[in-house]
Amino acid sequence: MTSPILVGKNARRLTAPSVIPGFGLTFGYTLIYLGLIVLFPLATLIWWSSGLGLSGLYAIASEPRVAAALRVTFFISFAAAVVDLFFGLIVAWVLTRYDFAGRRLLDAFVDLPFALPTAVAGISLAALYSPSGWFGAPLAGYDIKIAFTRLGILVALIFIGLPFVVRTVQPIISELEVELEEASATLGAGRLQTVLRVMLPPLAPALLTGLALAFARSIGEYGSVIFIAGNIAYVSEIAPLLIVVKLEQYDVAGATGIATIMLAISFAALLLINLVHAWSRRKFGRV
Amino acid sequence: MSEIAITSAYERRAKYRPVTEDSPLARYALIATAVLFLAVFLLAPLAIVFVEAFSKGIEPFLAAFDDPDALAAIRLTLLVAALAVPANLVFGLAASWSVAKFSFPGKSVLVTLIDLPFSVSPVVVGLVYVLVFGGQGLFGPWLAAHGVQIIFAVPGIVLATIFVTFPFVARELIPLMQEQGKVEEEAALTLGASGFKTFLTVTLPNIKWGLLYGVLLCNARAMGEFGAVSVISGHIRGLTNTIPLQVEILYNEYNNVAAFALAVLLAGLALVTLGLKTFLEWRHADALSGSVRRH
Repeated sequence: MTSPILVGKNARRLTAPSVIPGFGLTFGYTLIYLGLIVLFPLATLIWWSSGLGLSGLYAIASEPRVAAALRVTFFISFAAAVVDLFFGLIVAWVLTRYDFAGRRLLDAFVDLPFALPTAVAGISLAALYSPSGWFGAPLAGYDIKIAFTRLGILVALIFIGLPFVVRTVQPIISELEVELEEASATLGAGRLQTVLRVMLPPLAPALLTGLALAFARSIGEYGSVIFIAGNIAYVSEIAPLLIVVKLEQYDVAGATGIATIMLAISFAALLLINLVHAWSRRKFGRV
Repeated sequence: MSEIAITSAYERRAKYRPVTEDSPLARYALIATAVLFLAVFLLAPLAIVFVEAFSKGIEPFLAAFDDPDALAAIRLTLLVAALAVPANLVFGLAASWSVAKFSFPGKSVLVTLIDLPFSVSPVVVGLVYVLVFGGQGLFGPWLAAHGVQIIFAVPGIVLATIFVTFPFVARELIPLMQEQGKVEEEAALTLGASGFKTFLTVTLPNIKWGLLYGVLLCNARAMGEFGAVSVISGHIRGLTNTIPLQVEILYNEYNNVAAFALAVLLAGLALVTLGLKTFLEWRHADALSGSVRRH
């Protein structure tokens, strides 16, 4: 009696028969909407850059101004992600393990870079670090310039990337097993030894993921950077800005080339995250 | 004898901290580092928005909102959010219904693709739509021949905003509805409720807080998006400038008070979003997806 269900039309069904209606409608709508809004436009970019070919992409990437912008974007994004990794770990540790007045408020504020529009972050950072600003003025006394230099880009990217590290590491810290700490202590390890050799290793996958997420976001960041960077060609010009510049010069091919390279970098970061997850599942039995 | 042993154990406990606690010195040093870091990198940028906006008093602050271009920017921002957020809301419902209530091959690929827009730079999003609809783009000549304007006009801004905020509702609802399973819906349907009635009276009450959470984040990003909209808008004053773009123009004209006055609107929106988000995570944590259940 079961066979009639499996023959004919039902044999080729995408999903198992169910009492719940609406699969065709919702699944179809999902695919069409995803295709029209996201996939088709992205495919257009790939199609355009395939017209350039690998040699064309290489030629665009090795233009001195483009190469300089890609280098600046890549290295400062990485530096900012490393700073976020270090301070993000401390912030996550403090917010999860200690209790102090204002902890909840501080915890809520960690998401500020997600919620504050990037243009607002950009002008307020520029105001803070300009030579007459709250931080810029005292630093100018020591001959340190942050606004309108590469350091300005670093500051903006640290701001943007911080929540990625904190929010990735926080849940893992709160899941650390007290029994392991106790075992380590009773076996004679000092507190520092316990922290470094028992508690930090399980955090490694989350830290790496946070680093990659912050890095990937920083590569594409535009609004918060351009106000504080000064945007001097070859010095403090980021790749996303150069896309805008090329578009304003009607150099669509050049803009497409840079965009393709940036997409490749952020997809590589995503791939890294997935590899880290697979590795941590094997090593620690969880993500 | 045993009594003495117990009291001395209590005394020892008072004197020595548990082995799983850090020393007070390390604790204070770490708290001080974290608080100082967050104060410099998060709180100061937020505070300066308000300080700069009111630096010349309340009159110039209010005058910034008398400008017709500023009002046009506010109207456009509201319009764009009013179109983009419902579009992604409907998509989020459809996507989570199909992913959570049914099993089909390629599901994990679909979920990955839904998250894709988060890993595309906003500027690249703008560029991609220029490649599709721009003068040199795929449909450019056809659109020009028929007098349809998408780039440097409101439709382009809306499309770019939809792309950038695409995953917010779906990525909140999919894990939530997967956790909840489909037993309740099946019960309602076998008891004779129609599909639509089941959705309205069974599914929707279960997901309402998660839905609100996703819509909040989607709306904040939609109103604040800068990069994608900047590439596609053409910066035509009073016509295609959203609030963030107007902030940029005013700032570049050294009109600091007006720029920060408009920025106060966006910072206020960010604060309200953070406040509601924290409230939902605190009060309705069990009605949100596991990925945001933190407190």
